[in-house]
Amino acid sequence: MGKNTDSNGYTIIFATVMVLIVGSLLAFLASSLKGKISENKRIEKQQNILYAMGINENDESSVVFVAKANVESEFSTYITKQIVIEGKKVTEDENAYLIDIKKEAASAKNPSYVRKLPLFIGNKEGKDYYIVPVRGKGLWDAIWGYVALDNQLVIQGVYFDHAGETPGLGSNIKERFFMDDFIGEHIMDGDVFKGVAVAKGNADPKNMRKDDFAVDAIAGATITGDGLSAMLRKDLKMYVPYFKTLKQ
Amino acid sequence: MGLLSKKDAKLISDPLLDNNPITIQVLGICSALAITAELKASIVMSVAVLFVLGMGNVVISLMRNIIPSKIRIIVQLIVVATLVIIVDLVLKAFAYELSKTLSVFVGLIITNCIIMGRFEAFALANGPWKSFLDGIGNSLGYAVILIIVGFFRELLGSGSLLGIKVLGDPIEKTGVYAFGYENNGFMLLAPMALITVGIIIWVQRSRNTSLIEEN
Repeated sequence: MGKNTDSNGYTIIFATVMVLIVGSLLAFLASSLKGKISENKRIEKQQNILYAMGINENDESSVVFVAKANVESEFSTYITKQIVIEGKKVTEDENAYLIDIKKEAASAKNPSYVRKLPLFIGNKEGKDYYIVPVRGKGLWDAIWGYVALDNQLVIQGVYFDHAGETPGLGSNIKERFFMDDFIGEHIMDGDVFKGVAVAKGNADPKNMRKDDFAVDAIAGATITGDGLSAMLRKDLKMYVPYFKTLKQ
Repeated sequence: MGLLSKKDAKLISDPLLDNNPITIQVLGICSALAITAELKASIVMSVAVLFVLGMGNVVISLMRNIIPSKIRIIVQLIVVATLVIIVDLVLKAFAYELSKTLSVFVGLIITNCIIMGRFEAFALANGPWKSFLDGIGNSLGYAVILIIVGFFRELLGSGSLLGIKVLGDPIEKTGVYAFGYENNGFMLLAPMALITVGIIIWVQRSRNTSLIEEN
């Protein structure tokens, strides 16, 4: 290493130049790719929503979404109505799926804010599906997903995803063996909302009982599982008043 | 290895055995414990580290004469973080599905001490070609251990390999489960990864006693 690289002046100049170069490189890259990335995210949302209501290309054990090329047309075929619930007011909005759940949850901390709750209504082979977006916290980062319910509030399908759960443990919430367990689970006990808990020591590993409000947890992923239970309890509950009006 | 001189070939082969980054240099232990519950995650992480360490070593080696020694650690960190973020952004735009698989590894790569360790120990003092070989060698050495640990943890913990149930179905009681075999759930937790790495260290040092450290 040369002698002159040890001086304070050189160090400061080096640090400044490096930060400028790296900063502008990343800023340029991020802004020039922004359009493509947000388009990919939009397509992914549509794929996730369709996945939850059972429109996918799964085989035996894999998770395969509707192909990118078809997703737009499938989405408009199967998702018949998108609504936004604000308190007692319900409005139709064909871009409800673009509502940022994270921002809504943050704004809702202000008690005077009326949170916008998007709900997607799909129809497949004459049966109605109500698809609820959910979002919560895992062990390391955010977890989110979509839960498809029928008009009796029985889960028909789910899709979960995460930003940074431990690979091989918490990351398994987006695997079939976990997500498929939710199908057929009830979230209401009569008129009382229960949600679905991810339970350890569940005496029902084959998931034969569909009315116990629990699915079997993933070994080694306790906190991710607890976060997922809390997410379902908190976010599904907000929709219960609306579902009650449907039943009447 | 006809293409490489003897010295260069040693840069690749040494870290595989007698100078393994995990078992001898004790670098990259945290990720070896965290993500080896499944073989697939071990392989993905190994490939990602191979790429980042090979590239990063070259970049640091090219800059080695102009980096001020007082802030070299920060400079190294910036180089890794920049490389990883660029790759992540490009994948998000052009290979979204792949980026979804890799996204959980991004944070783990930036903080992986094997990368900083090799920058500090090798790339700062050697030319780009040698540093590249060192990067490849060390990430392969890292990969070997990750894959061995991942293999045993997934096999004994979940009874599967790469997600395929090789021992039969534990719930339907087929294959070896029909004879009363049970998966060892403890294998899925981090302590068992540490014990598995410990066993590898033990085996390695009893085969080559010159590796045993003096007290």
